[in-house]
Amino acid sequence: MAIALTESAEPPAQAPEDLAPEISGRSPWALAGRRLRRNRIALAALVLFLLIVAASFAAPLYANDVAHVNPFVNNLNGTTVINGHRIPLLQQGGGVLKLGETPIGPTWDIGNYFLGADQNGRDVMARVLYGGRSSLEIGIGSAVICCVIATVLALIAGYFRGVIDAVLSRLMDVIWAFPVYLLAISIATALLTAPAGLSIGPLHLVASSLWLPTVIIAFIYLPYVYRPIRGNVLSVAEKEFVQAGIAQGASDLRLIFSDILPNVVSQVIVLLPLMIATTILTESALSFLSIGVQPPNASWGTIISDGQSLLYTRPWVSIAPGIMIVLTVLALNVFGDGVRDALDPRAKLRVEG
Amino acid sequence: MLTFIVRRSLWTVLVMFAITVLVFVIFFKIPGIDPARQIAGRNPSPQILTAIRHEFGLDRPFPVQYALMMKKMFISRDLMSYSTSTKVIPEIAAAAPATLSLVFGAALIWVVVAIAMGVAAAVLRGTILDPLLMIIALIGISMPVFWLGEVVNLVTQSRLHHSFLFSWVPPLGYTSFTQSPVGWFKGLFFPWITLSILYIGFYARVLRANLLEIQNEDYVRTARAKGLTERRVLLRHVLRTSMITFVSLFGLDFGVLVGGGALLTEVVFAIHGVGFLTYQSLTNLDLPVIMATVVYGAFFIVLANTLVDIAYAGLDPRVRPA
Repeated sequence: MAIALTESAEPPAQAPEDLAPEISGRSPWALAGRRLRRNRIALAALVLFLLIVAASFAAPLYANDVAHVNPFVNNLNGTTVINGHRIPLLQQGGGVLKLGETPIGPTWDIGNYFLGADQNGRDVMARVLYGGRSSLEIGIGSAVICCVIATVLALIAGYFRGVIDAVLSRLMDVIWAFPVYLLAISIATALLTAPAGLSIGPLHLVASSLWLPTVIIAFIYLPYVYRPIRGNVLSVAEKEFVQAGIAQGASDLRLIFSDILPNVVSQVIVLLPLMIATTILTESALSFLSIGVQPPNASWGTIISDGQSLLYTRPWVSIAPGIMIVLTVLALNVFGDGVRDALDPRAKLRVEG
Repeated sequence: MLTFIVRRSLWTVLVMFAITVLVFVIFFKIPGIDPARQIAGRNPSPQILTAIRHEFGLDRPFPVQYALMMKKMFISRDLMSYSTSTKVIPEIAAAAPATLSLVFGAALIWVVVAIAMGVAAAVLRGTILDPLLMIIALIGISMPVFWLGEVVNLVTQSRLHHSFLFSWVPPLGYTSFTQSPVGWFKGLFFPWITLSILYIGFYARVLRANLLEIQNEDYVRTARAKGLTERRVLLRHVLRTSMITFVSLFGLDFGVLVGGGALLTEVVFAIHGVGFLTYQSLTNLDLPVIMATVVYGAFFIVLANTLVDIAYAGLDPRVRPA
């Protein structure tokens, strides 16, 4: 899988050399924030992403108060009223072949099977919103977990070096050598077939839990965050101010978290939106293969998979969640590019040159 | 150079060993799972479970279990699928040509189109076409490939199938090249396009960024100062250097796709390749097949990475460690 991270393995933001008087005395963060605020396209992408998040988290509100449906319960004998006629949700002999049952298509009437029903008579619009909630929770959760763990490991490896570094880095090399989808498929099948779920110490994961795909996806992307950050930690740890800290007798913890971490954190922030975009795509693919989110939960990937059998008769069941994925991932990629340009001193070259 | 090849090959062997250990641990040693039950497929009888326990040596020590599994996979190659009662390894070998056909064709398309798009965007910098091309590339990166495949199917197989544009598109599935070259091409045309779109977007973006970065190098200025035409500077000096990054990325992605990354495309277009086999065994929970495809796929990828690294070191002496 191509991961859109290769271009960003660059040193963290440092004060540009041509400090104009108007920007002197401001922190690099304030400058980056200002650069980001001036980037209209990135801001628009952020707004779009936040709108999708808000809509997805308002799913229960939509289902209960607008559509008055329960999108997790089969509704095979349900009916709805369209143009004053009461019609069944599943119609006999619909579609091209006039065979079997076909759910009603989109009514384009908000609150009344806007996108139609699926083969179990469940409201597709409500399912897409609920599915977005799962997809976003897993995507954001796994990206954050992945970035935090990878950063901590990279700090430990890059600061202590020696044996710790060798062991951690070789371990990451092995995970990295493993193609992401195959690794995810192996772990997911092994865990999903385990009857009692997975227990590691106090942590207990059952197959239907959203935590399972979250943990799997966070694990498989660890090396993609670990590698660039460890390289950066290695070079920051060589800097004079760290040497000065050592000379003053600062503890390891203090050196790692007060001296080195602030200098690599901008790189993590650049990676985060791009990682979320990647993890959302991965989650949808795993769910499409039926090894991600498990019923009764739904995610965008599972809805696309459910809609496969209805593709030629009721295409909106599959198309709608796909459009949501594309919009979300596109917004994150555009915003991520904006964050990179804002935090990366070389971005100036890219914008003006 | 020879020491580099030797060291890199030793590392490859080590990584392959680590991968088999990791797969073994995932399928046999995760706490709370019973490997015999996993291998047996759905609803096994107690007799089968006992037979499996004996065959895989599950009552014996850890290293013996590992050795037995490796023997089944690589030496005797008689790993059985308990769901379909067939030998797994020959089945994978039979599925390989379909995957290779799909990936080769897609790779050809994505290399040609991505170079054209990346170069066009870099040359047209400052016009409206550059951001337009890059937005198209970004949309390509943001689409889930299985969804794109379904949309393509919807258009070519159903909605517009009766129009003159798509009436030539055969039903989903794979026709082998030896059986009918024309059918092979027709059946793979849209899968190729679908699979290549993500990579076109990704490579075009990387290439454009790389081209713009190299524009500022001293040797490019020298080339301009010599009085070379813009065209010659671009093709002979800038693009050639960019190709180093491009080729190494290409090797990695190509390896990943042949090793199982084309799975989603194969599933959507019902191309019975290695990825489709993995998918079928996922739905049947047929663990031996999944294990074998994962290990063989990963091996192929590691091997491809090694070849890329060696080729890269051959091209660029700076990479070779002293």
